[in-house]
Amino acid sequence: MSISKNNLILYIGILIFGIAAPFLFPAFKVQLSILCVLIVLATTWNIQGGEMGYNSFGNILFYGLGMYLCASVQVGMFFPLAEWTESGGEKTFVHTPAQFFQGMAVGLVVAAVVPTIVAGLIGYSILGLRGHYFAICTLGLGVAAGEISGGIEIIGAGQGFTTPPFPDVGSLDSRGEFFYFLSFFVLVLTFIAVRGIYSTRFRLILNAIRDNEDKAEAMGIETMKYKIVGWMISAFFCGLAGGIMGGLVGYIDSTDVAFDGREMGVFMVLMAILGGKGTLWGPIIGATVFHIFKEGFWTFFLGWQYVALGVLIVVIVIYFPEGIMGWLREKYPERFGELVDEKDRKAQVELK
Amino acid sequence: MDFMVFQYPMISVQACLDGVLLGILFALIAYGMALQWGVMNIINIAQGDLVILGGYIAYFMYLYGIHPAWGVIVAPVIMYFVGIAIYKLVINKVVDRDLFISILATFGISILFMQLMNFAFGADVVLANSGYGTTMLFDSNVVLPNSKIFSAFISILFAVCLVIYMKKSKLGRAIRATAQNARAAKILGVDTEKVYAATFGINAALCGVAGALISITFTIHPYMGLPYTIRSFMIVIVAGLGNLPGVAMSGMGLGVFEEFADYILGTEFRIGSVFLLLVLILVYRRFKLSRKREYLK
Repeated sequence: MSISKNNLILYIGILIFGIAAPFLFPAFKVQLSILCVLIVLATTWNIQGGEMGYNSFGNILFYGLGMYLCASVQVGMFFPLAEWTESGGEKTFVHTPAQFFQGMAVGLVVAAVVPTIVAGLIGYSILGLRGHYFAICTLGLGVAAGEISGGIEIIGAGQGFTTPPFPDVGSLDSRGEFFYFLSFFVLVLTFIAVRGIYSTRFRLILNAIRDNEDKAEAMGIETMKYKIVGWMISAFFCGLAGGIMGGLVGYIDSTDVAFDGREMGVFMVLMAILGGKGTLWGPIIGATVFHIFKEGFWTFFLGWQYVALGVLIVVIVIYFPEGIMGWLREKYPERFGELVDEKDRKAQVELK
Repeated sequence: MDFMVFQYPMISVQACLDGVLLGILFALIAYGMALQWGVMNIINIAQGDLVILGGYIAYFMYLYGIHPAWGVIVAPVIMYFVGIAIYKLVINKVVDRDLFISILATFGISILFMQLMNFAFGADVVLANSGYGTTMLFDSNVVLPNSKIFSAFISILFAVCLVIYMKKSKLGRAIRATAQNARAAKILGVDTEKVYAATFGINAALCGVAGALISITFTIHPYMGLPYTIRSFMIVIVAGLGNLPGVAMSGMGLGVFEEFADYILGTEFRIGSVFLLLVLILVYRRFKLSRKREYLK
């Protein structure tokens, strides 16, 4: 992968801004962390949604799985899990700082690895479905996971699961800073990984699957293998994001926080579409715009946010399906490395 | 896990009868979905929310002292116009587009409806009491509420009327022609835009009937829509488009499955088992189709 000089300056600028952000806007630390998580989710949804053409509502499965796994490991490493969830939010057990960070580290690894394995296992059966059957099937998977985890006693069942509270390490700001830098680190990791993937042959294969799967198969590409790998990459980062989000929110509920297909599951799709499917920067821009818009709405129109969300989905999908990047591409094709023949363009306009 | 259902045969009989009566209702909703899927090639995620909205119409009639059974007449009339309005505002812009776009757009409508109903009617679980009493069978070992029998009867009535209407009337013929080949129908002078609107309206009206019946027999809640969408989707893919006896049969099968899942796994896993069944059916279908592809090779 080669990085041009302009891009390098851009990346370093963003990196410096990212590191300085919690000190520049100390009041928005939690919001910035959530933004990082949202960008990770949108970017990884884009791998199979935008590049591969497999529009999934089910990535929420990996997100929720990661959330529950990270918290369970973090608690289960040191204390009996069943007693923890039974006591609800009572502070009968307290993590020392060392225990908390150790548990978080192991928990995040588990939260990333297990969803990846799950994606690999179910991938063969689920990814054989095409088009809307895949979309509805993954929607069903996400809701089923939420309903079933809401009935399992050891992870809190219907009453929810309180994640370990952040230990007392001196300063009050440390919780926000810890979670911000953790999520920013995962964001950087995701960006590097996705950019790396997009500059290889792998992306071309995914695009071939999106454009015509049967033809790609006829060209000798083992499409199923690549589809599963693509989904596993998504699952890996979704699990990580879920683990962080669990710690950040501090409370896990099966259908409202973890397997929240109605909110987070749609958000990922919407952010990627808003920014522009099938581009590297689209989901990032889309997630940022969406988060700002959403927070504005959530603050000023409290109570009407889901109404606004429903309207927003309909409007974006109907009037803006190509997204911000698609719109920019239409307006400035030269910037995207497309050669434009002025005569041809004029001729087409006249034809219309 | 509770296997009491196998030790006492009467409980099985109860579950089967409950399931069949419930399944007839599901089949009615699924019929609407099959209609619009076949004609407009749209999968409407908001189907279940239309059902719940129909249920609230009957519930409000009950609150204002009118017998909720009249809801099966009033709800479809109101819902027909709601359906037309949704079509004019949103659906006609996504009809010819990618299926995923229509899924997402209707998902948005679903969230919107869910929340508006939550505002307007509150988040309580409600039911409209019909006061129909119960029927005892087999030495009062099996108890069937008369409202369930009433709802199954009304569902069958509406389905039969609709089938006859589709066969005989001019609009029905136009709808069937559009389903077969929209372009050819347009060339031969069918106003497909009008046909689409009517189809969506009829679908919404069917949802209204089903919702009114559900509010009499079971309970309704603003967030209960999605399971009904998934059930009708499942019934349609099991039966196939345009296979009406199949829709009725698989609807009843699903009803019985749900009642047994309720007894064996417990009520908290009921919705989960429905969604899991959907995934299993789709996966089974995928392997069956891939075997077919192998033969072709």
